[in-house]
Amino acid sequence: MNLILFYVFAAILVLAALGVIGVKNSVHAALLLVLCFFTTSALWLLMQAEFLAIALVLVYVGAVMVLFLFVVMMLDIKVEPLREGFIRYLPIGVLVAAVMLTEMLLLIGVKSLQQTPPADPAGHSNTAWLGEALFTRFLLPFEVAAVILTVAVIAAVMLTLRKRENTRYQNPSRQVAVKASERIRIVKMPSAAKSEATP
Amino acid sequence: MMNEITLAHFIVLGAVLFCIAVAGVFIIRKNLIVLLMAIELMLLAVNMNFVAFSRYLGDAAGQVFVFFILTVAAAESAIGLAILVVLFRNRATINVGEIDELKG
Repeated sequence: MNLILFYVFAAILVLAALGVIGVKNSVHAALLLVLCFFTTSALWLLMQAEFLAIALVLVYVGAVMVLFLFVVMMLDIKVEPLREGFIRYLPIGVLVAAVMLTEMLLLIGVKSLQQTPPADPAGHSNTAWLGEALFTRFLLPFEVAAVILTVAVIAAVMLTLRKRENTRYQNPSRQVAVKASERIRIVKMPSAAKSEATP
Repeated sequence: MMNEITLAHFIVLGAVLFCIAVAGVFIIRKNLIVLLMAIELMLLAVNMNFVAFSRYLGDAAGQVFVFFILTVAAAESAIGLAILVVLFRNRATINVGEIDELKG
């Protein structure tokens, strides 16, 4: 039963991947890539890697692919010049891929085609198993990953930030540093009665 | 026991996926967005291998590594797309063939 499911998911995955590099429209390519990630997450569920399967859907389908779709739809791109050379480079691409695939299959076929029974994931749930490793042996890399994400957020914002000349905006540091004497200015003026008397 | 999924199934699937992505990089080579998508496909293939080995060898390190790859890939695609947006704003093209300022 599991084997049938594996073949179904693998077929969908390979077809969707071929579609990603084959279709004309970038939006369709992005949507097919979403299908790829979703199918991969199903395959990982078959492998009982539940935490990573859900994380893949959340991170990739939920965040990264939405970002891709935003960018694809935001940019006004003419497709035709981007497609030139598709037929010209098709043979070399297929050739390189076929050679690589043959080499990899030769390497894989040497030893691992015989049965390797899956080991029990330490008796408890996948998430607990993973969390134990993540927060003990891999605590420092975990923190570094958080720093990397922060740097990426700041870099992405700074890259795309655009200062506009003619818009009004608030300056928070000036707002905070303001003193009472700058807000109120007492102006000495002659009183009203005197000015009434002049005419 | 031929009805079980073996390690080889997953590794072969990862290899096929990786080769499709490499062929994509060769074939597309103009559209920067689809090139980034092909790179994401490669990372996915590598992650597939990591998860398979981690599961079949019973070692958590592989899955932890996939976790970090996901983090770095998310950061990479965010910054890559930001650069792409800036590039499009300045040059009004994402054609790789037209971006050749550094070519002496």
